[in-house]
Amino acid sequence: MILQPAIIALLLCAALGFAALALSSPASWQLVRHWQPQSGSRLQLALERRTYLMSVLVRFVLVSQIAALLLFVYNADRMAVQFVGAMCAVGTLQANAWGFPALLAQIALFFAASSWLLLDHADRQARDYPLVRLKFAALLVVLLPLTGTVLALQGLYFGNLRADVITSCCGSLFSADSPSVSGTLAALPPRPAMLAFYFSVLLACAANLHYRLRRRGAWLAGASSALAFVAAIVGIIAFVSLYIYEHPHHHCPFCILQAEHGYYGYALYLPLFAASACGLGVGVLAPFSARPGLRTVMPALCARLAGWAAAGFALFLALATLMIQSSNLILLES
Amino acid sequence: MRTWLNRQRLLIEYTVAALGRRRARSLGLLLTYTAVVFVLASVMLFTHALRQEAARVLAHSPEVVLQHLVAGRHALIPADYLERIPRQRGVREMTPRLWGYFYDPVVQANYTFMATADAPPPGHILIGPAMARARGVAPGNLIAWRAYDGAVHTFTVAGILDAHSELMSADLVLLGEDDFRGFFNYPEGQYTDIAIAVRNPREVRNVATRLSEALPDARLILRDEVLRTYAALFDWRQGIVLAILSGALLAFALLAWDKASGLAAEERREIGILKAIGWETGDVLRMKFWEGALLSGTAFLSGYVLAHVHVFHLHGALFRPVLQGWAVLYPRFALPPEIDPLQVLTLALLTVLPYTVAVLVPCWRAATTDPDAVMRS
Repeated sequence: MILQPAIIALLLCAALGFAALALSSPASWQLVRHWQPQSGSRLQLALERRTYLMSVLVRFVLVSQIAALLLFVYNADRMAVQFVGAMCAVGTLQANAWGFPALLAQIALFFAASSWLLLDHADRQARDYPLVRLKFAALLVVLLPLTGTVLALQGLYFGNLRADVITSCCGSLFSADSPSVSGTLAALPPRPAMLAFYFSVLLACAANLHYRLRRRGAWLAGASSALAFVAAIVGIIAFVSLYIYEHPHHHCPFCILQAEHGYYGYALYLPLFAASACGLGVGVLAPFSARPGLRTVMPALCARLAGWAAAGFALFLALATLMIQSSNLILLES
Repeated sequence: MRTWLNRQRLLIEYTVAALGRRRARSLGLLLTYTAVVFVLASVMLFTHALRQEAARVLAHSPEVVLQHLVAGRHALIPADYLERIPRQRGVREMTPRLWGYFYDPVVQANYTFMATADAPPPGHILIGPAMARARGVAPGNLIAWRAYDGAVHTFTVAGILDAHSELMSADLVLLGEDDFRGFFNYPEGQYTDIAIAVRNPREVRNVATRLSEALPDARLILRDEVLRTYAALFDWRQGIVLAILSGALLAFALLAWDKASGLAAEERREIGILKAIGWETGDVLRMKFWEGALLSGTAFLSGYVLAHVHVFHLHGALFRPVLQGWAVLYPRFALPPEIDPLQVLTLALLTVLPYTVAVLVPCWRAATTDPDAVMRS
């Protein structure tokens, strides 16, 4: 294991998060089983009090996990100098078999956490807390196993990091000759990839905007946001990165996070992740709009989220287009 | 949105006033918190600056150094060895170098002697700043050493090397090739090693691989490897110090827990009154959140600024011996101030996270207190 502050901080964050959720799981289970808002029993009063603690605790854990995702990627990129063969975060993450699974688990936790936080926010807006059972069931079934997975994968990844390992760089992983998924993405012809990219992100933008204005089509807003996230990542690998590097064969989605490429990656990923989380939130929350107590609150909240999602996707698209326009690379013959 | 902002502003105002009413208690916690941030930030800033400095200094060193090995030990390189090195397109330049170590019993330290093409005239030397300080010499002074063959050699100090390069030149003596060979009785036509400059930095490893295949009796030292070793070494030292300091972090978390749990009767009554006049549990929790955020923000900012001053203006006096290493002729060098976002985020997770976890449950207990129970007691 390489002992350094960022790794200690990430492991501390993952361990505290999992410990907090695990310790609160008996209380969550009690809330799921015995929550009776119409009852005035002693147990119900105790449970009502406990929801505050649980809610604050989980919110804190999830917000810290969102910060941890940023630190995880940033640190992987910074640690590349310590591994022979690594040029960016890809080399660090490939230093053993657990790097990429840890990153993917952290991303999954980010989206699960953001959806849960939105669910919690909506629940706290209503007087009778109509989503208590649902959100604590989600905590037990989704968030607890996911934080456990993140902790286990990070422990395995950091615990098995060896400074003398020769790793492979992004050039070999994101190469058209690579037999992996990343190789397939890198080998995508630019024109269809561009069409899919612009279509998916514009669709997400339009669906969210439509929901914002008409308050209809929440499922489309949610599904198109998920699709746009995937298409955007594929597009970044297939062609956006080529324009940023001004190199026809460099497909790495991580090198764009480096200073030598103007930290363009952060400018692209931050609005993309935020917009996807908001768009997914619309899809997750909207089905509960009809519940008593949420009828007035939920549509307004979902509309606000859809507005932010549309704005985030539009910003992402504008930035990507600007980067393509200002590049000296000619990828498509006119 | 404006209503929400106004609400938060009023909550902050109330929290600041409440903290002011419990000045001694708040100040004690703030000072401890600041001290914890200061210590951790000092370690991290100092190590990061050392690593950056090492990278900056090594940026001008040769990409590859080739040493000749005999029986696994570093041996001198004969001049014709250069011809055995296969010509490669990526190699820009190959320079045979002459250097060696000399132990000076007067200051009980080792000097590094190096012959350079742009050395001062015969009988003159350029010396490093730490060595000039240790021997108390200035340009124009004479300096005499008894060489390994027993003969005494006298040189005139032609100049002192630039203090900006002190990290690398502290113990350095630069002299001409003839003086070097004469002083060490170094055999003619033999060199210490060969510096190889490579055109494309991404080709360095390939060049080194081809060289090591062609010359099995050679050892190749890559600049990237040296940098990697420095990074690993500083990270390890930093990690060890942080691991030791984790005890202090834990103690701080316990203190925060204790402070937050042991609510004063006055504060308990205050919360009871607030709830009696209409504050909800959520409002009290929000007030407690602002209390923690203000305390954390102030402690983090002041701890970080103090650490910055400590490391970059007071030369990291508290941690220098542990993190920097030790030598008789240790260079004096100023670390360039730098704020690294990765460090700030790491430090925030390392300090704010344990504090928040420690105060969460006590804050909730305080917030869910029944007003009538408090006021009756």
